[in-house]
Amino acid sequence: MDMLATEGHWLAVAFAALMGLSILLYVILDGYDLGVGMLMAAADDEQKDRMIASIGPFWDANETWLVLSVGLLLVAFPAAHGVILSELYLPATLMLMALILRGVSFDFRAKARAQHKQRWDAAFMVGSLLAALTQGYMLGLYIMGFEDSTSATVFAVLVAISLAAGYCLMGATWLVMKTEDELQRRAVRWARLSLWLTALGIVTISLVTPLVNERIFAKWFSMPEIILLAPIPLLTGLLALALDRLLVGMPYRHDRFYRWPFWLAGGMFALCFQGLAYSFYPYVVPEQMTIYGAAASPESLWIIFVGALLVLPCIIGYTIFAYRVFSGKAQELNYY
Amino acid sequence: METLDALMLARAQFGANITFHILFPTITIALGWVLLFFKLKFNRSGDDQWMAAYQFFVKVFALCFALGVVSGITMSFQFGTNWPGFMETVGNIAGPLLAYEILTAFFMEAVFLGIMLFGVNRVSNRVHTIATLLVAVGTTLSAFWILVLNSWMHTPAGFEMRDGVAHATDWWAIIFNPSMPYRLAHMLMASGLTAAFLIAGLSAYRWLRGDRSGGVKAGLKTGVFLAAGLIPLQIFMGDLHGLNTLEHQPQKVAAMEGLWQTEQGAGLRLFAIPDAEQQSNHYEVKIPNLASLILTHEWDGELKGFDAFEHHPPMAPVFFSFRIMVGVGLLMLLVSWVGAWQLKRQGEPKPWLAKVLVAMTFAGWVATVAGWYTTEIGRQPWLVQDVLLTADAASDVAAGMIATTLTGYLLIYAVLISAFIGTLFYLARRAGRLPEPSAHEAKPLAGAFQQEGV
Repeated sequence: MDMLATEGHWLAVAFAALMGLSILLYVILDGYDLGVGMLMAAADDEQKDRMIASIGPFWDANETWLVLSVGLLLVAFPAAHGVILSELYLPATLMLMALILRGVSFDFRAKARAQHKQRWDAAFMVGSLLAALTQGYMLGLYIMGFEDSTSATVFAVLVAISLAAGYCLMGATWLVMKTEDELQRRAVRWARLSLWLTALGIVTISLVTPLVNERIFAKWFSMPEIILLAPIPLLTGLLALALDRLLVGMPYRHDRFYRWPFWLAGGMFALCFQGLAYSFYPYVVPEQMTIYGAAASPESLWIIFVGALLVLPCIIGYTIFAYRVFSGKAQELNYY
Repeated sequence: METLDALMLARAQFGANITFHILFPTITIALGWVLLFFKLKFNRSGDDQWMAAYQFFVKVFALCFALGVVSGITMSFQFGTNWPGFMETVGNIAGPLLAYEILTAFFMEAVFLGIMLFGVNRVSNRVHTIATLLVAVGTTLSAFWILVLNSWMHTPAGFEMRDGVAHATDWWAIIFNPSMPYRLAHMLMASGLTAAFLIAGLSAYRWLRGDRSGGVKAGLKTGVFLAAGLIPLQIFMGDLHGLNTLEHQPQKVAAMEGLWQTEQGAGLRLFAIPDAEQQSNHYEVKIPNLASLILTHEWDGELKGFDAFEHHPPMAPVFFSFRIMVGVGLLMLLVSWVGAWQLKRQGEPKPWLAKVLVAMTFAGWVATVAGWYTTEIGRQPWLVQDVLLTADAASDVAAGMIATTLTGYLLIYAVLISAFIGTLFYLARRAGRLPEPSAHEAKPLAGAFQQEGV
């Protein structure tokens, strides 16, 4: 605990926690947007409109969590920002282009002339898919410590597919919550399918990561850690199982439990994130740079920390307000 | 040579992204307030035309906002990838300013935009008006923070250097650094003018096509009168900003005025082709003594030329961008005043004026971008004036990688700008074909608004 003794160390941990929270919120929130975008490929035109309508009021704000995550990395761990994003230069650029494509297509499809709508829909789906894949690919490279090898690339591709499946799961459970009738029934099927894919991905990644990294292996597979940490994988498995059993019978009469799949899937994401965060702490650049070494000066961090403490509750407050305003099923989206 | 190329490419890439990005906030900062104005006008009068204007321009706003958000995300990544030395040297100052922008502005505008666009029949009219207000406040706050940082890069204050790293000593002095009030006011008015000409241009386009529905006249009047009122203030503010620049960055003013050598009673060069090799201008057309008179308020006042400075920017791009900005500004003055006079006298624009307004729909973009080039290139070779050279902040990302991604960005931006402009005029044509919305039946109106999927 003496690591926390000095002000600088304490602040570094606080900012790592803030950044972690921000990344987790991004992955869950924009995860369902991107998932809905990918799943649109399997929907008909009318369903596409409904799917778009379900994420319409939220996607802008959801994407802002990415800006905050990268912003916190930039301002709190400037040295790490430079290293990580230079290592990930190409996939990050691809992701940015994909996010541009996704974001603008969302707006253009509703406003451009009708004959162009399908093209914007295609751009929306491709943008969502590419953003999900590149994010997963970057996570994979990050886990492998930016190692330049074929096995690292293969692993990164595996993570890319798993994350895309995970986002589909978030998107599908979101649709179960926000839609009705035929679309909801389809969403239930999509959710089950992507759940199995996601679970497969999680298991593989969890097995491979400690095998390729001795430090992470030691962190998990030694006494008493192995017992103390056991709840994380066990709980994840339990949530996955519960989610699958719940989905089998959906939709229930009076649409009971319609919010549960989304929360369960979100819980799975939070647990996996927890596992990753534990594996890498205290490194912000794997095996190269700790959060203590990369942190900005304490006086500047203080200024941001105070601001964040004041403003974050407001942000969370009005975000909840917005979700309440748009709670319930998504409404129809028509075009002239 | 290798590093120089990478540096130029990194600058070109960052410049391309920030140029593309600035186009959209420049519209939304002011358009948010204009939307609030439409909304309040409607709330007070119940007159349909204000709601029609709101409904049309809220779509323009949504489109601009989306384009601004996605291009802004790119910026947050490139701060670190293109200019790692920037955060290493001045991160203690830039960091908190950027963090405050994200925390106080980005979330607020994004969350309440959702309510503003999709919440009409889910919240009360009052809450909807408040959401419109908060979106406008959010965009303006974001402009405030980013202009504080940008101004600090031009006129740094409130810090000390320890081991080559800037540490904040006085946040009040950092925020209210010498050029901040001028730059902020200049930018906010530039946004007002950009939005005004956009509103006037799109409305004039509808007018020319024979569209006489309520929102057209309201948009035309709002755009033209707003422009006519703002442009003299903007010219005055621009002059003050120039004097402030002369005080803190005289080498930039030398580039703007085309001064290679220090002169007493310098003339105002209306046109010239600066020649960096010969350190002189070709084809100079100038009004004797006027530059000195404007800048020093003395007939024979001394203006320093490039020969007086160790570091100075390249002259030609600054010299020409400045003239483009001033030229467009003067054109704005002429057109908006003639337009205001016609609308006042006849209640409608003459066809030729409407055509000029359509041609000037994006005049604000030209002036704003030219103005930004003037001030940003004018700061070179410094990234932070007298603190950090641009070359020292650059990263070691390979030139080839930057060139490839730059090409990709440019392609995307070209497609998006043409799609954006095309869609705006398409929306204008489509609006004329729709049945008039009726505000007296509040529910159907709200429904129609929702269904359009803004």
